[in-house]
Amino acid sequence: MNRCAVIGIGQTKHAQKRADVSIAGLVREAALAALADAELTFSDIDAVVIGKAPDTFEGVMMPELYLATALGAVGKPMMRVHTAGSVGGSTALVAAHLVQAGVHQRVLTVAFEKQSESEAMWALSPKFPFQPPLLAGAGGYFAPIIRAYMMRSDAPSDVGLQVAVKDRLSALKNPYAHLQMSDITLEMVRNSPMLWDPIRYLETCPSSDGACAMILGDDQAAKRALRPPAWIRGGAMRSEPTMFSGRNLVDPQAGRDCAADLYRQAGITNPRREIDVAEIYVPFSWFEPMWLENLGFAERNQGWRLTMDGTTALNGDLPINPSGGVMATNPIGASGMLRFAEAALQVRGLAGDHQIDGARIAMGHAFGGGSQFFAMWIVGSEPN
Amino acid sequence: MRDVAVISFSQLLVDKAEANDAELVMPVVREALGRAGLQKQDIGFTCSGSSDFLTGMPFSFVGALDAVGPWPPIEESHVEMDGAWALYEAWVRLQHGDIDTALVYAFGRSTLGPIEDILALQLDPYYEAPMWPDATSLAALQARALLDSGRLSDSDKKKATAEPPKIVDGAAAVVLASGDRARKLCSRPAFISGIDHRIESHLLGVRDLSHSVSTEIAAKHAGCFEKSPTFAELHAPYSAQELILCDALKLDKQVTINPSGGAQNNNAVMVAGLIRIGEAATRVSNREADCALAHASSGPCLQQNLICMLEARA
Repeated sequence: MNRCAVIGIGQTKHAQKRADVSIAGLVREAALAALADAELTFSDIDAVVIGKAPDTFEGVMMPELYLATALGAVGKPMMRVHTAGSVGGSTALVAAHLVQAGVHQRVLTVAFEKQSESEAMWALSPKFPFQPPLLAGAGGYFAPIIRAYMMRSDAPSDVGLQVAVKDRLSALKNPYAHLQMSDITLEMVRNSPMLWDPIRYLETCPSSDGACAMILGDDQAAKRALRPPAWIRGGAMRSEPTMFSGRNLVDPQAGRDCAADLYRQAGITNPRREIDVAEIYVPFSWFEPMWLENLGFAERNQGWRLTMDGTTALNGDLPINPSGGVMATNPIGASGMLRFAEAALQVRGLAGDHQIDGARIAMGHAFGGGSQFFAMWIVGSEPN
Repeated sequence: MRDVAVISFSQLLVDKAEANDAELVMPVVREALGRAGLQKQDIGFTCSGSSDFLTGMPFSFVGALDAVGPWPPIEESHVEMDGAWALYEAWVRLQHGDIDTALVYAFGRSTLGPIEDILALQLDPYYEAPMWPDATSLAALQARALLDSGRLSDSDKKKATAEPPKIVDGAAAVVLASGDRARKLCSRPAFISGIDHRIESHLLGVRDLSHSVSTEIAAKHAGCFEKSPTFAELHAPYSAQELILCDALKLDKQVTINPSGGAQNNNAVMVAGLIRIGEAATRVSNREADCALAHASSGPCLQQNLICMLEARA
């Protein structure tokens, strides 16, 4: 398998409504930024891999067809990935597979969502067989799972509040982040309306328009890059059934298996010690401690301690989501790729004001559906 | 590139499915795995293709995955494309060398809604889709461009039409295996000697609709012009498109086109491209051909095309 590195990264300014651009304009903004970072043009690109969450979010069927021109893909191979909320991560991995397989030298990968084109709440309320329609969006689905975690772990009730504040404060250091809430406090989050008990309004992610793009290259392409590359040291995807009595929705087996595969590839035996920084998909504040456990950063039911003792803060020993994460920016289809790209920015030393000093090994994590789809990667300043 | 072959195929086409997506997929997955002598836990990578706009709900691939029974958890991915592109992704994944088998499936219930109109939503959402040009009207523009090109013989002119294809519901599954594993599992695997796909502009006005440039480029990269296929399975829902494809692929009269009947008689949207690969592979495996060509298409007027060359090897 060939080595693969991230040699260019771009993202849009994320906002609730990017009325200044079309869908094509949005993805092109990210793609051009990634090309500029890599000091390349569309003519240097061999193939394009694009991802987004359900087409119903914008009402465009298979929008890769319409976006081929805007992304310089005409005459080239173009693929479209859709794996629910994990799609941004899966898309990056599918693009990396092309380089690792030796099919292409340089691949442009893009993920986006322009949620202001429709109402994602309804698109996220599908009717599943044998289940009453919740019509309550993702929050309605995840609230009972969070409640289950709170009961199992005996965590203090304010863990979610801490994450909500921490991530919004980090977002102030990220000029691309959607939410810029300089006045956020624990009290403000606590007093915000309860949407889906136990999830309060300010403990949820926003709904954003935005796109993210990366240029992935092989050894030679990485050697020619002027800025430092982020080497992919491991990448993994896992899926499990949606409806199955044996599932553990708080601590899904697919997430555990995905992380185990990832750590094996990257040669990591102690993720808590060996990973310098992680960008993980936290759409509701309580998912930080839940994923810390699922990813092996903490023992079962102990993840919340890392949040409460400041380990996961920007200046902590294991910073989680220094970019502000999904809690500050959530163009759904792009959210996973933003995690992957932010991890890569950290090990390239190009994360700007939210750079973690000395970050050499970073994790990007995405999940989707009802916690049954996972995509993750580990990037490093050096190859394996 | 590592040798990868189609070792089994199953398809299910029905006029109108009295089943949900998972129930459509389950029999083809079971049959394809059974023909390969494999169980689900023997599969290294699973990839599927479908479109939410057929089912009319987001995440329709999520429910269909239950047909595979992904427990313990599996390595799995999905493209919002015809299953032929899911097969391409699986072929790429098999090149890594750490796994030897992959399961690919596709499904679509095209009869649930007015598919001719639904496909208009693939167009530019600002300038084209609001006019709701239906798929057959666009295919007719393409047929007209071909007729006006002056390239057609009198007999071909009669074929350059845009009769709407028969729309059906369906699912298909293919099992891929690499090198020795393929030979162990199948007496005559259909090896993929080349596979490539290309896309063109979404703007119909900037394309010469009488030519399929993307098919030509894909064919060149798939090594099509160095091979002599006995059969070609072309994903051409309209007969004029078949003429355009034969032209782009430089297929002479010796090549039998669409021995399966093709997509004009059975257009299972999102599945028809994968079926072309399965049909071509089957004809190699059952010794009707040493080499066969399969083609898949996506988008209005053959906007995006995939070529897969299949052959028997000693």
